[in-house]
Amino acid sequence: MGTDKTKSDLLPGTLDMLVLKILTRGHLHGYAIAQLIQQLSDDLLRVEEGSLYPALQRLELNGWIEGEWGLSANNRRARFYKLTRDGRKHLAGESSRYRQVTGAVARIMGFA
Amino acid sequence: MPASWKRFRRRLLYCLGQGERNRTLREEMEFHIASMIDELIAQGMEEPGARSAAYRKFGNMTKQSEEARSIWIARWIGDLAQDLLHSFRGMRRDAGFTAFTILIAGLGIGAVSTVFSVVNAMLLRPLPFRDPARLVWMTNAHFNSTQAEHFADLRELNRSFSDLAGWSGFYYPGDRQLTGAGEPERLTSVPVTGNLFSLLGVEPALGRSFTAAECRGRYSAPPAMILSYSFWRRRFDSDPTVLGRTLTLNNRPSTIVGVMPASFDFAGIFDPARPVDIFIPWPLGDKAKPSGNTMKVVGRLKPGQTVAGAQAELASLAKQLTLQHPERNPLVPTLMPLARHVSGPASPALFVLSCAVSLVMLLVCANLSNLQLARLGARQKEMAVRAALGAGRSRLLRQMLTESVALSCCGALVGLVLAIAATRGLSHLHAFILPLLDTVRVDVRALLFTLLAAAAAGMLFGLLPALRVTALSLPTTLQDAGRRSTGARRHALLRDSLVVAELAFACVLLVGAGLLIRSFFRVLDVNLGFQPQRAAALRIDPSFPLPSLSRQNSFIDDVLRRARSVPGIVAAGITDTLPLRDDRSWSAGAVGQIYGKRHPPPEPFVRVVTDGYFQAAGIPLRSGRDFTAADRASDERVVVINQTLARTLWPDRNPLGQMITTDGGRRVVGVVADVRHTALEQPGGAEMYLPMRQTADYAAMQLVVRSALPAGSLAAGLRKALRPLDPNLPVREFVTFEDLVDKAVSPRRFLLMLLTGFAAFALILASLGIYAVISFSVSQRAQELGIRMALGASPRNLQFRFVFRTIELAALGLAVGLAASRVLSSALSSLLFGVTAGDPFTFLAIAALLTAVAALAAYIPARRASRVDPMAALRSS
Repeated sequence: MGTDKTKSDLLPGTLDMLVLKILTRGHLHGYAIAQLIQQLSDDLLRVEEGSLYPALQRLELNGWIEGEWGLSANNRRARFYKLTRDGRKHLAGESSRYRQVTGAVARIMGFA
Repeated sequence: MPASWKRFRRRLLYCLGQGERNRTLREEMEFHIASMIDELIAQGMEEPGARSAAYRKFGNMTKQSEEARSIWIARWIGDLAQDLLHSFRGMRRDAGFTAFTILIAGLGIGAVSTVFSVVNAMLLRPLPFRDPARLVWMTNAHFNSTQAEHFADLRELNRSFSDLAGWSGFYYPGDRQLTGAGEPERLTSVPVTGNLFSLLGVEPALGRSFTAAECRGRYSAPPAMILSYSFWRRRFDSDPTVLGRTLTLNNRPSTIVGVMPASFDFAGIFDPARPVDIFIPWPLGDKAKPSGNTMKVVGRLKPGQTVAGAQAELASLAKQLTLQHPERNPLVPTLMPLARHVSGPASPALFVLSCAVSLVMLLVCANLSNLQLARLGARQKEMAVRAALGAGRSRLLRQMLTESVALSCCGALVGLVLAIAATRGLSHLHAFILPLLDTVRVDVRALLFTLLAAAAAGMLFGLLPALRVTALSLPTTLQDAGRRSTGARRHALLRDSLVVAELAFACVLLVGAGLLIRSFFRVLDVNLGFQPQRAAALRIDPSFPLPSLSRQNSFIDDVLRRARSVPGIVAAGITDTLPLRDDRSWSAGAVGQIYGKRHPPPEPFVRVVTDGYFQAAGIPLRSGRDFTAADRASDERVVVINQTLARTLWPDRNPLGQMITTDGGRRVVGVVADVRHTALEQPGGAEMYLPMRQTADYAAMQLVVRSALPAGSLAAGLRKALRPLDPNLPVREFVTFEDLVDKAVSPRRFLLMLLTGFAAFALILASLGIYAVISFSVSQRAQELGIRMALGASPRNLQFRFVFRTIELAALGLAVGLAASRVLSSALSSLLFGVTAGDPFTFLAIAALLTAVAALAAYIPARRASRVDPMAALRSS
């Protein structure tokens, strides 16, 4: 179902994890999520819109986030996403898995 | 899996609110772009510039939203639509190929669907009764019927059945005479027990069933009757006011109390040879009703009871009853599910038909596969281009399969039309004696089956070409400008093996049909013991009673004198039973012989006949004399026996002059040839003929005449001659003996017709397959042929090469096919007659036929090869 080529050079599944992590900060719309990822990574990670929206749909399909309509700061109608209980669980699992993988990669590369 | 279930539910909800979601997504994206524009403006850009920069950065919003959406909807739905569109475009481009494919697939699917409808009606669909799974059929030893007294006791004593019911098995076409209002007519009436309809769970459409009082009357004078639907429609024009009307049956009044519904086709289910007009009550207590094993018994099992359990109970009851009533016939009840009794006899034939039609379908698939492969040359480039543009292998595979399934579904439409026409035709063929034949139709189940068959066929014939085309190394295909590569050679090999498979399938079908055809002719060639040509029978029982033997005999004398004076009639006689239709047997021993339980006396079939019957029916007299008009009640009681009975009773003595025990002793005056009375395939068994002038124990008078003219033209003359004797003489029932034979072989002919049709279709398909392969290889090798011709090869030589190659293929296909036929034909053995399953003549004939057809199919395209212009062929590339 739905092949999804993540256009960023991230490890597969990383974008989903980042979005979930960002959403632990509260209800955010798509644009804000992209902005935050970019800011928090010191402009290193740029989320392309072509990846972001499929990712959001995927997360919603899996029941990890929920979207609802609200008003943005400048009074525009925007869709805000929030983390669900399942999403929190998934995020916890994903981040520990990610820690293991990056740790392993770092050890091989001799960074650690 | 709750997680995947949740996903499924969300997906479903999404699909339901798809339009809403699309708008949502777009709006969300628009918000995103607006925010980007805001930011760019905040960074000091002009509004138009900011706008276009934002749109540039965001990219194609439609594409983005499609991608986002594809998370939710299965992508393949979109692809499917695309593939279908593509297929239909392709079909239009290649109309000839498409039409051919659809036609072939349609014929195959039509055949499959028709056979399935027949199987469905006869085997799969439950009988049209309430809860038919609990209905049970009871036979008695090797008889189909039981004594009524036994039935009454069993019904009383058993605990396994909620009820037992029955009807008289000894009803004959035209037993009762309807006189009075309208034209006199002979009716076929079935005496039934009062509870039969309620046991089966069928209520009369109009009126009611028989009351207990009506079931206590006299057998010869039924006080009430229930009409069958077809009779009601034919005679009374579906008039609902017939209820309560009194008709005259055999000169006695009888009241119409009910009409059965159209769905209750008694004859179609229990006795396809004898359409039933009316049902009458069967008074079990009446001593004057026919005695002996006369009753067909059905039972309804109580809930929770099994056939085996009931069988055990009835067996022990039967033992008890036989001990208590030594005067009755022995009782050995055997039970089987009613459905098996009804359709059991037809099931070997249906099994063979199903196998045959599956083979036909496989052949169709092989043929279409072959055809698709032939087209691949043209398609390969297209596929290569698509692959180069980024289509994955699975995507191409899917496209090819979508195409073939779409084609076979179009074929299914054609097939359905054919199947509907064919089933309609079949269900109206009254020439065939098969149970439930007129319920054959394409119903929902057959429709579903057809769809499935079409999809499966599409997959099957599309798979091979699809795998081929996608497996070829794509870049080389693009470079390869039509030269033969290793891929092409493997391709040819594949097509050759398909042709071999087609030939093998066709061979199996042809052998099966061939064996059945041989059996059919053997059956027709059988010595019947009588001569059906130019013999015919007319039922003549008078509408007035014949109270004494002398009155009866003067009636007989009158009839025979008048009949014999009709111009064209060579011989005339009267019988009570017609060959291949009616039957009854009595036990009869030789006087002076001691019989016991261990050595029971033989049970010859009984016919009551007058002088002249043997000549009229064409039964040869072996020794002694025929009956004469002088064999009357007052003279010595005599009997004529057939050769089998003579051999059984007096193996080493001249039977003439001996006495048999029947009727207190009858002297044998003649021996006649055996007559096949039950079926053409079965020897007649023991028979004895009693002179009609010495007995009143018969149920019908059939005047049998032999003529010098075609039998059909006699009816009018006979009618005119006999009318003065009985003005009420009904004239509908005039049967030629050839009709009787025809009806008896009709189930065999039914199978034969269908199977021969399939085999012919298979032969055509196989030869088309060969034709296609050879003409393809001719066109592929045009260049080579040109060179060969330029180097001096003669056209004859080239033709021979192609034909020889075909013969090679045919030989291989035949080897496989004949071996498979030998194995499969043993499944036919129960349907064969006079030939063995390995009949060498049939096998050789089919081998010769297939080889000849293959050679011919190859010769036509091969002739083209020899007409290749060498120069043109060499220049063409």
